[in-house]
Amino acid sequence: MAIDNETVKRVAFLSRLKIEDSKIEAAKEEFNKILNWVEELNEVNTDEVEPLISVNETTLRLREDKVTDGNYQEAILANAPDKEYDYFAVPKVVE
Amino acid sequence: MKEITRLTIHEALDGLKKKEFTSVELTKAYLENMAAGKHYNAYVTECAEMALVQAAAADKHYAAGTSRALEGIPLGIKDLFCTKGIRTTACSRILNNFIPPYESTVTSHLLDDGAVFLGKLNMDEFAMGGSNETSFFGPAVNPWSKDVDLVPGGSSGGSAAAVAANMCAGATATDTGGSIREPAAFCGCTGIKPTYGRCSRYGIMAFASSLDQAGPIAKDVRDCAVLLKSMAGFDAKDSTSCEKEVPDYEQFLEKDIKGLKVGLPKEYRPEGLNPEVCAYWDKAAAFLKERGAEIVEISLPHTKYALAAYYVLAPAEASSNLARYDGIRYGLREEGENLDKLYINTRTAGFGAEVKRRIMIGTYVLSAGYYDAYYLKAQKIRRLIHDDFVNAFKECDIILTPTSPVTAFPIGDESMKNNPINMYLNDVFTVSVNLAGLPGLSLPIGLSKTGLPLGMQLIGKPFDEGTIFKVAAKIEADAKFERK
Repeated sequence: MAIDNETVKRVAFLSRLKIEDSKIEAAKEEFNKILNWVEELNEVNTDEVEPLISVNETTLRLREDKVTDGNYQEAILANAPDKEYDYFAVPKVVE
Repeated sequence: MKEITRLTIHEALDGLKKKEFTSVELTKAYLENMAAGKHYNAYVTECAEMALVQAAAADKHYAAGTSRALEGIPLGIKDLFCTKGIRTTACSRILNNFIPPYESTVTSHLLDDGAVFLGKLNMDEFAMGGSNETSFFGPAVNPWSKDVDLVPGGSSGGSAAAVAANMCAGATATDTGGSIREPAAFCGCTGIKPTYGRCSRYGIMAFASSLDQAGPIAKDVRDCAVLLKSMAGFDAKDSTSCEKEVPDYEQFLEKDIKGLKVGLPKEYRPEGLNPEVCAYWDKAAAFLKERGAEIVEISLPHTKYALAAYYVLAPAEASSNLARYDGIRYGLREEGENLDKLYINTRTAGFGAEVKRRIMIGTYVLSAGYYDAYYLKAQKIRRLIHDDFVNAFKECDIILTPTSPVTAFPIGDESMKNNPINMYLNDVFTVSVNLAGLPGLSLPIGLSKTGLPLGMQLIGKPFDEGTIFKVAAKIEADAKFERK
């Protein structure tokens, strides 16, 4: 399944990354190299195989739904690149 | 170099208890080595002041007779572990200014046991790499380098380099596809990736959550046992953390191995494997046989597909985990005229080439229309690889393999720079262990003809780190590897 320039651009956007137009061709070739390599997995018949999502297959623990920790607003905002009125600040998103 | 920095952790603990030297003296000696070893680029953040405060506190504990398991032992911490109040970057530009407001569970266990933190260690960006060359701070350098600077391996390259050059008594590290074992092998250190679920992942920046595990890199097998005992344990803050009790790993070291079945997987000896690596592998097996172990050939038939499956699954998980770096809550922000542009500008400026490559591959294999062909397929192959080990462990108690098909290579190696797959191939003996969630240890077996360390890997059953320590101690005693 070779991918084309358009796919590279689409995947870059989905990843929220920018690839310079001049570098798309090279990126495409690199992706195709890697994708061709992983195609070797198709040599194996896996029709009857259950996917393994994690080796730790026990069911996740449940706990009571109550607050156990919190009130760290200041600590959480300390690393924010921009903040206003004790909130994270972002560019205007609503017209 | 100060002689006391050559001591192992267990030797240093002995010296501290007998008041032969103080933790402040030991810490200062390591700080001097760090200053003299800048060329190795092992540390990306040093915290000398804090270390000396911790060391002085440790000395008070010794004076009061209240010393704990690692009291006053100076350690280096891989820069993937969040350390409260100490810059933690994952060696990425995107986190260059990040100061965590909390401590990872593993490092808080070490602090609770009295350890001293010397600083944060270099690594591949977000642990993605096998040579430490993808670090935003430039590569760490292998202390075994002679004429040309060699890579220390990766991703925990700073951890292995610092331990090998006596710039810390031991180090924390993490392993997603070989990132503890490969650098340990390249730098002549011992490192163990425990069973998935043994160490809490809380506060460790996530790369591929179903594969990531923390573990130590240290000077010898006993030090690994001591450090792992402290680092491991159940943590409610990590949903995949296991509720199993952590044994005292040191008790296994003296046990004999008579009648133990050691498996050698035939698939790990492909045609063209470096004859030196083969010879050392046979030598390690002979050591164990001499001590009464039984050597059996085993088969792990899907070994060939492990790397390709890994390079679908790990980037898929990474693309999802790294979506959080958006320039809003922490880390780098590059402004843009709207929110999407801000995300794109921030991530494009903040991530390095290998991280971008993996995010995009991961995004692609998870995208509509390709999910089944790549991601689901790789998960099925993962099941087969896992089951290979289940079957193999019906015929043996532990598996012995080389850690890496190669020794440390020069920084900037052209063939790896030109084709990322060549770099990925270095993980060929280590990734299966992560896919199957098993414990794996690497220890030095000897030097190549070119004078570089080679490592042997021991793979155990789930949660059977004890047998690994038992066998590793025997190989270590017989190999008589000389540390730097």
